[in-house]
Amino acid sequence: MSPLAHGLLNVFGVLVVALSLAAGLIWLERRLLALWQDRYGPNRVGPFGLLQVLADMIKIFTKEDWIPPFADRPVFVIAPAVIAVTVLLSLAVVPVTPAIGVVSLNIGLLFFLAMSSLGVYGVVLAGWASDSKYSLLGGLRAAAQMLSYEVFMGLSLMGVVLIAGSFDLRAIVAAQDRLWFVIPQFVGFAVFLIAGVAETRRLPFDLPEAESELVAGFHSEYSGMKFGLFFVGEYLGVILISAMITTLFLGGWHGPWLPPIVWFLIKTFAFICFFILLRASLPRPRYDQLMAYGWKLLLPLSLLNLSVTAAVVIGIHQRRGH
Amino acid sequence: MLSQLRTLWLVFLHMFRRRVTVQYPEKKAYLPPRWRGRIILSRDPDGGERCVACYLCAVACPVDCIALQATEDEHGRRYPDFFRINFSRCIFCGYCEEACPTYAIQLTPDYEMGEYHRKSLVYEKEDLLISGPGKYPGYNFYRVAGLAIGGKDKGEAENERPPVDVRTLLP
Repeated sequence: MSPLAHGLLNVFGVLVVALSLAAGLIWLERRLLALWQDRYGPNRVGPFGLLQVLADMIKIFTKEDWIPPFADRPVFVIAPAVIAVTVLLSLAVVPVTPAIGVVSLNIGLLFFLAMSSLGVYGVVLAGWASDSKYSLLGGLRAAAQMLSYEVFMGLSLMGVVLIAGSFDLRAIVAAQDRLWFVIPQFVGFAVFLIAGVAETRRLPFDLPEAESELVAGFHSEYSGMKFGLFFVGEYLGVILISAMITTLFLGGWHGPWLPPIVWFLIKTFAFICFFILLRASLPRPRYDQLMAYGWKLLLPLSLLNLSVTAAVVIGIHQRRGH
Repeated sequence: MLSQLRTLWLVFLHMFRRRVTVQYPEKKAYLPPRWRGRIILSRDPDGGERCVACYLCAVACPVDCIALQATEDEHGRRYPDFFRINFSRCIFCGYCEEACPTYAIQLTPDYEMGEYHRKSLVYEKEDLLISGPGKYPGYNFYRVAGLAIGGKDKGEAENERPPVDVRTLLP
């Protein structure tokens, strides 16, 4: 296969698989939530209710796409796209297997962090452009929450970078050939997991949406496929964070017997299920609790983790040097 | 933090619990015999209508969904000329059943009354009448009541003594 064809196949393959997985997650989430709440969930449309996804899509595409007259039209239209696009761009740097993966950047990790920071714009602009109280409150909450959790999300990953000695995600996976980073970097793993949940605005950190307080938060005024894009963006975010945890802490495609793609998918799937389990079990914290938890506990923890890792790495290097 | 982890674990364990959902159209939930559902008009064991058109059910009905017209046959038995229940109004409170002196009107354990047109929810007497005695087998109002009707004079009802002749002094 020519390099161009291989590249195109990779690009569209990852795009199609990610988008269809995001659609399938609607079904998976509803079924799993139901399972953990002793219910069945959607099981009528098609086998196991799988065609529910199709029905939902037809419904959301044929819904009235309404823009409130008081909204800031261009920003209102762009905001949902920003969320989906930034997450999709981050997915481009995820190394699925040695052969699959859209691009291999030498600053892949930084690119992922940058894109997830840009994703904040989507939420904030959506809240701002809607020009309604609840949307604005949701947008502000999202901005504060995602900015504060981004700080130690990046810091928690620096331990991994120190050990692997590279920002390149493929090099990081390759460095986990013998030992997954979840063992030496367990603190970093835990902090990144929590920050990742906050970053995707999923329960228990769904304060920007907070149905019980803010109607639907930043997307109160959205309808039709624009609303759908927020959902697709959220589910893509779940996939992305799960894939990143797999890549950074669980050795990516490494694993015995099974082919690399299967290992990658199994690990990612396990974390997606964990995200849904979180949603099924934990209540939403108060806003000040969220902030205090982030700044007073997770930030010092990740800083401590970073300094200890750095000290250990320097120590090992010096011993090797002598 | 430990409490959160414990919560996660407990919710995870729910995976292995029995699901409480009843898969409705295939499986139906058990309804107790005294369930207050679709209203019927029962017949006495001899096959006659039990309803004596006393209007007590219509009076008791808090949403006024029962309409009927009393009439009499050649034997002097009262019965409803028409009997109409508007189920789009009915709240299945069961007051009509409580008010009924002849056990004619009864609520049954049936709730599957879905219709596409609102008018189809207005049940006439022929829709309401069932062929049996419902919850009270063997009860026949005219056979135990002291009322004289054609074919049954005073004192001929069950457990009824002959009428006392108030104008005689004999014991």
